[in-house]
Parts: sequence; C-alpha cells; structure tokens
Amino acid sequence: MGTIQATKKLKKILHDYFWEFFPQDGGPKPKVAWCTSVGPAELLIAMGFKVYYPENHGALLGATRESGKYIPVANAAGYSPEICSYLTSDVGAYKKGETPLTQAYGIPHVPHPDVLVYNTNQCREVQDWFSYYAREFKVPALGIFSPWKVGEVTSAEVRSVEEQFRNMIPQLESISKCSFDLDRLKEVVGLSKEMSDLWWAFLQKARHRPSPITFFDGCIQMAPAVVLRGTPVAVDYYKELNLEIDRHIAEKSWAIPKESYRLYWEGMPIWGRLRFFSDLLTRHNTVAVASTYCDSWIFESFERERPFESMALAYTEIFINRSEDAKEKILEKMMREYSVDGIIYHDSRTCPYNSNSRFGMPQRLTEKTQIPNLVIDGDLSDLRCFSDEQTHTAVEAFIEQLQDHKRRRPA
Amino acid sequence: MNLFGGIDLGSSFAKCVIIDESGQMVSNSVSRSGIDFASTAKKIFDDSLAQIQKDADDVRAVVATGVGRNNCDFKVFSKPEIGAFARGSYHLFGGPCVVIDIGGQDNKVIKLDSEGKQTFFKMNRKCASGTGSFLEEIAMRLDLPTSKMNEMARQTHESVTIGSFCTVFAGTEIIHHLRAGQNTHGIMRGVYESVVKRVLEMATIEDTVILTGGAIANNPVLVELFQERISHSIKVPDRPQLIGALGAALYAKEYWENPTAAESP
Repeated sequence: MGTIQATKKLKKILHDYFWEFFPQDGGPKPKVAWCTSVGPAELLIAMGFKVYYPENHGALLGATRESGKYIPVANAAGYSPEICSYLTSDVGAYKKGETPLTQAYGIPHVPHPDVLVYNTNQCREVQDWFSYYAREFKVPALGIFSPWKVGEVTSAEVRSVEEQFRNMIPQLESISKCSFDLDRLKEVVGLSKEMSDLWWAFLQKARHRPSPITFFDGCIQMAPAVVLRGTPVAVDYYKELNLEIDRHIAEKSWAIPKESYRLYWEGMPIWGRLRFFSDLLTRHNTVAVASTYCDSWIFESFERERPFESMALAYTEIFINRSEDAKEKILEKMMREYSVDGIIYHDSRTCPYNSNSRFGMPQRLTEKTQIPNLVIDGDLSDLRCFSDEQTHTAVEAFIEQLQDHKRRRPA
Repeated sequence: MNLFGGIDLGSSFAKCVIIDESGQMVSNSVSRSGIDFASTAKKIFDDSLAQIQKDADDVRAVVATGVGRNNCDFKVFSKPEIGAFARGSYHLFGGPCVVIDIGGQDNKVIKLDSEGKQTFFKMNRKCASGTGSFLEEIAMRLDLPTSKMNEMARQTHESVTIGSFCTVFAGTEIIHHLRAGQNTHGIMRGVYESVVKRVLEMATIEDTVILTGGAIANNPVLVELFQERISHSIKVPDRPQLIGALGAALYAKEYWENPTAAESP
C-alpha cells in the first residue's frame, strides 16, 4: 500500500508558510490579508499581502478534534450551533486565545490581519465571520458579492465580479502601501493556473483502477492548493507529488490492498473522522476515489493574460456556487469518469451550502445513473452532530448493497 | 440435526434465534442487552439451546448482528442489522416489500425487490424521535407501562398532535397538553402517531410493508396506525422483535452451506 512520501515535505512547506507571517530575521512584518478559501487570493498576493485562510484553521480545528472545545465558547457568545462550525470553532479558539497551529508549527498565535477579504461565492457565513474579526482587529472587511446559485455562468455575472475585484484595488493599495502591478497579477494568476492543473492531474490519478490515491489523501494533500496557490512553492510540490504517484502506479502500489468498490464522496469532509472512514472503507475493500470537495481548488478558467476576467469566471463557476441543475450535471459526469460503484452524500449539519442531499439530488442521480447512494448525517467540525455507531452500520450496509448491485449488474 | 444461530445485540434488547436446516425457528430467547454485550450474547444463546435440550456443539455456525454485533465472541462473522432484517423479512414474506423496523435507538426503512435484494435503505437521523427509545422515554416520564399506553391510545380515534421533532421537547409538549386538560387517551394516540409520522417521513412506500422490531412487538397500536396511513398491505411477523436474529441465523445457515458466498464483503 502506497504511503505518500511527499507528505513529509508538505509538513515543512506548511511550517515555512506559517512562519513567514512572523519573520525572525529582523525583516519587516508582512502586511497580512485574511482571505476566504476561494476568495481573490491572487489579487492579494500580487499586491504584496501575505495571505492567511481562516477556513484552513477551521479544518485544522476539526481534524485535531479541538473544535469540540471551542464551538461551545462561540455558542455562549451568541453564535448559534446551527451556523458554520468552522466559524464557531475558529471564533471560539480566538476567544480562548488558542490555536492548534502553535502545537503543529510553533507559531505563537494566528497571524493578525491588516485587511479581511471575503467572497460570498461559497456561503453567506463568511461575511459575518470576517465581520467579527473586522470588529475585533479594527481593520476593514472587504466583500465580493458573487451571483449565487448560478447555472451557466453569464458574461454579465463575470463582469459584475470582475468589477468588484477592480474596485477593491485602491483600498488594498492604501493598506499594503504597494501599487497595483498588472504584470505581477498576471504572474500570480499564471502560477495559480499551473498549480491548479497539477492539482487536477493529481486528483485524476484516482481514475486509475485500482486507485493509487483516496479522497482522504486528497484532504491532506490539498493544503498547498488552498494556502499556497499563486506561489511557486505549490507548483513545485505538486510536480513532485505527481511524479511520486506515477511511480506508485508503475510499481502497482495502490491506495488499499484490494480494491473492490469505488465511491464518490459528496460534500464536506468530516475532519475529525477522516481516519474512521479511511479505516472503515479499507476494511471493506472500498476506496473513496473522488469528491467535489477536493476538486473545488481546480480553477480551470484561470488565464494569465486575462487575469481579472478569468479570476472572476473561475471563482464564480465553482461547484458550491452553482444551481442544483448545474451541480447535478457535474456530479453525474464525475461519477462516470471515476467509474464509481456508489456515492456517499455527507449532509453536513452546519454547512447547508455544501450539503447536496437536501433537494432530492441523491434520488434523481441514482435514478439516472443506477448508482446507489447513501446519505450520512454529520458535520465538517462539530462531532456532536455525528454518530460513529450509526454511521458505521449505515456504511457497512451500503457496501453490502453495492456487493449485491455489482453481482447483478451486467458486465 | 444441524442447527444455526443468529444473535441480534440491539441497543435495548438482545435476541437469539436458533433455526434448523429447513430455516424453521426452533428456539429463541430475549433479554435486556445490559452493559456487557458479550455475556448477554452467551446467556441468550445458552437459554435458547437449553429450551431444546441442545448444546453449542449442535450449532454449526452463529452470525451476530445489531449494534453490539462485534462483541459476540462466538460468531463466525457479523452483519449490519439492515441486511439481517431484510434477510429475515424476505424469508418469511418474500418480495418486493418495504421493511420498516422500529428498534430501540434507530429506525430503518429497507426496500427489497422480488428476489430479496436490497435496493434502498435509510436510517433515522441522529435523533431518537420516532424510535423505541422515544416511547420508552415517554412511558417513563408519565410513569405508565407500555401496555397501558397502548390500551389508552386504542380507546380513541381523536388524537392530540405531538409536533416536536425532539424527544425531550415532545415530552414537554405532552406535559403541556396534560396540564391543559387534554384528553389523555388522545395524547397517547398522538404519541404513537408521531412515531408513525417520523417513520413515514423517511422514504416513500411503494410495496407491501413488513413491520418489525421491538417497538412493533410491544406496541401493537402502531400497526393499526400504520394501516390508517398506508394504502399498501401490511404484514407483521408473529415475533417482530426476532426478525434481525432470524436473518442472522439464515446468514449462518448460508455460510455453513457455502462459506465463500455468504460472508461479508
């Protein structure tokens, strides 16, 4: 079974990334922008900001299961248990003055922002999340208000977002004390595009049967795509990672010893239970090979020579921001491309925006594709919304169903 | 005579069924699951064998199911209860059918085709509302035995609506109705109707329904209420609580007959 060796380098890369917020050589402290995970990071990098992503922190709080300690702190301060648990765990950790980044990388605290930039393309919550920190740190929160639930993205929608990007520049210049440079933006968008292509190539290696990677590998390996896009570091890392996975394929070193069933994971990861799912599926010779979540950091439309327009298109056409019909088409295509036997929908209690089982999608897609589905209840970070035992039984029963289904399906 | 055992270690009750080579149930035992699943499994297995004056050597294989299935240390393998309930129901009634199981901590809706293959299943959300635990909680809060709750619910056709999705809030709602002087029989009927509504919200019903599980065994009024709301016919096994254990015993028999085909994926 192929352990991904590049992961050791990933830890070093992330260590360096976080320490760049805290220069140790007496150099100037960088201007820091907080950005939503699919916000206009390229623009911020091009304008000299060092970019920090609170959602990455939310995921880390979930993966370390520290979120259970912090969510109640935010709840007590008036942030409902029903809203995004990235938000509540992050705010709770802030209120306690703690972060798992200290233990993981040694940094004293999360980097303090000079500006907060969000894009509502992914959800409504980011606006209130960033507004909280704008009040706390007394810095501006700048928003991109994307058209929501788009079907086929229209040129008018792209123009609207593009204009908002451009309008942000004067304020960003006054904060960063750095003039906007179009050539630098082109360079950064070019690097993001290169990174995105390499990340996509990595994920597509799961089309191989048996698969050399799993969705859970993707959840780990995606970190540079989230926090280091627009930099050569991410590009170099994914080049190396892809070479390693190609070697695994050549050596027939697969993700699990015996692949019998292939699954699609739809929705958010359950960060505190990645190991639970990975072990459970492996015990039943099952691999989760693909997900729209990991694909969310593929920005196919980026074009170096048209940075604003292509960024506007790339960030508007992301899966989470699409209409139900558009999502259905994307999912159907993915399920066929990755030759999956079944699909698991994670209905994430506090993330309705990325829970796609609430409007009949599983039923419609199963009817269309004859690929069975399972909906599990859980949450991205709040494990109070997740039952190990119930989920264990449901997943085992689902794999039995797949076994029957496969036996009877014509070859 | 070759015998086969099925153990269903549920959240509230543990059940054992022994079948013979023809698939006929020859013995069974039921006990509270308690806190030690392993010893409870042994106890109900021994009880079942004692009833027919057999011992463990006469049993060729035992399969375990239910929430405590992996705690049974004399099983040949375990199966999730979804498949066990499906297997037991199909054995008794054939298909196509929709199995509705109301257990202690979870509800299941399982759809089977004419060959007995599972085409769909759904479990309740992470919530006790509509499960056997909900009925136990209400019985405890009102200090009424289940038999009395059933009797009261059957004595009226006017029910008081219990609308809450939450077991605790449903209890509070009932107390509110009692204090407001609502008809107690109607309140009890409303309690059972809320269980039926929660279950029917889980999936569409397109075929004959098989009702199973401890809640069905102990609350026959539920069958009547399902019948009022479902246009398809309803079938109820003689011992609804034992269907998971029966399914597990059938798996054990299949395993004995063909070990490679019958085991877990």
